Amino acid sequence: MIASGHLFLALLEGLVSGLVLALTALGLSLVFGVMRIVNVAHGEFFMLGAVIAWFFSAALGSFGLALLAAPLAVGAIALAADRLILRPIRYAPEATIVATIGLLYILQQLVLMVYGPYARPVDAPVYFRVEFPWFGYSGYKLVVAILAALLLGATWLLISRTRLGLYMRATQQDPDVARAFGVPTERVYAASFALGAMLTAVAGALVVPIQQAHYLMGLDALLLSFMAVIIGGLGSLRGTLAAALLIGLVDGVVSVFFSPTLAKIVASALVALVLVGRSGGLFGEGAT
Amino acid sequence: MPGRRLTRREALKAAGALAGAAAAGRLAGLLPGAPGPQQTVRAAAPSGTPLRIGFEVHRTGIGAVYGRWYERTTTAAVRFINETGGIAGRPVQIVAEDDGTDPKRGVEVIEKLAQQHKVDFIFGTLFSNVVIANAPRAGELKIPYFVVSEGYHVASGKLNRYTLQPGITDVRAQVTALAPWIVNNLGKRIALVYPDYAFGYDHRDFMGALAPRLGATIVAQVPIPPTETSFTRYFPRIPANTDVIYHVMVGPGVLTFVKEMGEHFGARKPKMFGFIDSLEGVDIAAPGLEYLDGTYIWEAFPRYAGEYNTPHERAYRQRVGVGPTGASTADPKDISTYSHMFGCWETLFFIKRVVEASGYRSPRDYKALIEAAEKVTDIAEGPGHPQGPKRFVGRLHQVFGQQFVSQVANKRLKVVHRTKIEDGMYTPEADYTKQPL
Repeated sequence: MIASGHLFLALLEGLVSGLVLALTALGLSLVFGVMRIVNVAHGEFFMLGAVIAWFFSAALGSFGLALLAAPLAVGAIALAADRLILRPIRYAPEATIVATIGLLYILQQLVLMVYGPYARPVDAPVYFRVEFPWFGYSGYKLVVAILAALLLGATWLLISRTRLGLYMRATQQDPDVARAFGVPTERVYAASFALGAMLTAVAGALVVPIQQAHYLMGLDALLLSFMAVIIGGLGSLRGTLAAALLIGLVDGVVSVFFSPTLAKIVASALVALVLVGRSGGLFGEGAT
Repeated sequence: MPGRRLTRREALKAAGALAGAAAAGRLAGLLPGAPGPQQTVRAAAPSGTPLRIGFEVHRTGIGAVYGRWYERTTTAAVRFINETGGIAGRPVQIVAEDDGTDPKRGVEVIEKLAQQHKVDFIFGTLFSNVVIANAPRAGELKIPYFVVSEGYHVASGKLNRYTLQPGITDVRAQVTALAPWIVNNLGKRIALVYPDYAFGYDHRDFMGALAPRLGATIVAQVPIPPTETSFTRYFPRIPANTDVIYHVMVGPGVLTFVKEMGEHFGARKPKMFGFIDSLEGVDIAAPGLEYLDGTYIWEAFPRYAGEYNTPHERAYRQRVGVGPTGASTADPKDISTYSHMFGCWETLFFIKRVVEASGYRSPRDYKALIEAAEKVTDIAEGPGHPQGPKRFVGRLHQVFGQQFVSQVANKRLKVVHRTKIEDGMYTPEADYTKQPL
């Protein structure tokens, strides 16, 4: 009975972290898929989402408003970054990597200067404890899982059912042809970059009541997102989603039954295996 | 098509210049020779060549909360020393340098302070991984290196004769002083939760060794990686019949840890004994810490005013700029690292004492300085040592002092027990005085 309790806890933890990771990784995958650039500063958008959510909930006293304001603010920052940094270097892949590394440090150090080195908490907007036979669990974490799932669904609808989604898919398949058909690719790039940043910012904002806002929190988010994107297949949104959930569950189960360090090793080994065996990732190249 | 309009480039340049200016502001302190934000506090009274003390500070990286307060305390201590005649009549000048809480960078900082800035001594490092990386280099450069770190590494004998810890007690002494209180007052079946690196292993090893001698059992050992952000997955390893959870954590995750512990155990709450290291820089009244109510915390120096009510404590608190709740007087959200930063203050006064006792004038006198330090035994409580009286053990290069046990009640910390210096004394293993200088 204890073992089944542990397994249940492991799956629950894995599901929650997998869904949050899916949001973050989806943002990275979207940017890579549509724009063909690697955004090294992606984790900092996660951190900014968390920090700005803290700021707004402290200033407005409402986490709900903060949850809206944080992604909007981060989206605006991403638009500015696209306009001021990425577009002038014409989205050249190598230059973009270097530029986004710079952006990473600038954002991180600005937050350190303005917000400080502290880990600051936010009260969960809903607080209840779910009592299972073996242990209790945070009700807010379940809310986070549901919200993340809803947002993932909404993103999928946006990409598959709207004009912007169509433009994005067209740009991803062939930017030149898309441009010839009148798709404003530059604006699509900007929109994808902002959307990717907003997705990860929401994820960052959602976890603030669980794990606080801290100026170095972006690094883990970036590493795990990269893992998900590589395992899932570069640019494949479906693959990213599946990989994020897989990483979350593997992490949950292995770290409850063995050790969290082993869980990280397993996830990294998975990345290595995928790169050796199926270099395009589990879901291959180009699929959405 | 992109990049056609010049305005974009101009905008980019402007942004770059802004960012550059922001970065330059921070970097100014790192450039050799640049005065920058380094505190050059000179008073009218002391005169002559300044005594230059290199201050390796965790301004950035994971130790930034501690670094910020170590720097404020150091600035206040130096101002006080200079107002009261300096050290051996010379003004003190601090040369501060950021190490990013990074062991590799730390070694470079040691070299830079010693060789470029040509400081007299180096002091201030906190994080044990940085100290362990730095100390051998300081030993090679033969420059006295005063750490404010709390780890057992100095007293273990693993470092060298140039490394001393005269301002703060080590983990082994803390555990030795507190273990009997924990076993007698909280319970005998103890689960240890600690960070998965050297500092945590000190807790595991010393508490693990002491518990059986006190008739207690360690029922679980739960190491947690320092970058962990979610803790629920660790709690299944804590058996249901545990009496006491002994927890020590470092890093930003503590609020999550406490909150998730509350969610997991609910009303079946084991007793808890924690180390303030987890809660330094964190408001005890912060949302999520409610579950700590009624539990016990070790403090080196009580954060709330009045809990260790001495004139020296009050004067120290006021000079550093800490209010009655342990927050900065300038910003109530800016919580101090009160149980650690006094170590900087006391270390500087220890330096003052040994410089004056040894007649130190220049680096030629390092031998005399270190020998004078090793002769120090009792340190009286006073303006330079507000945390309390201390005993320095020359062969260990380590100071011993009193510890406090506080209970969390009404969203603040209330002292319930104070140990004696002797409670933390253990049989010394090392003897640095036998090493050549």
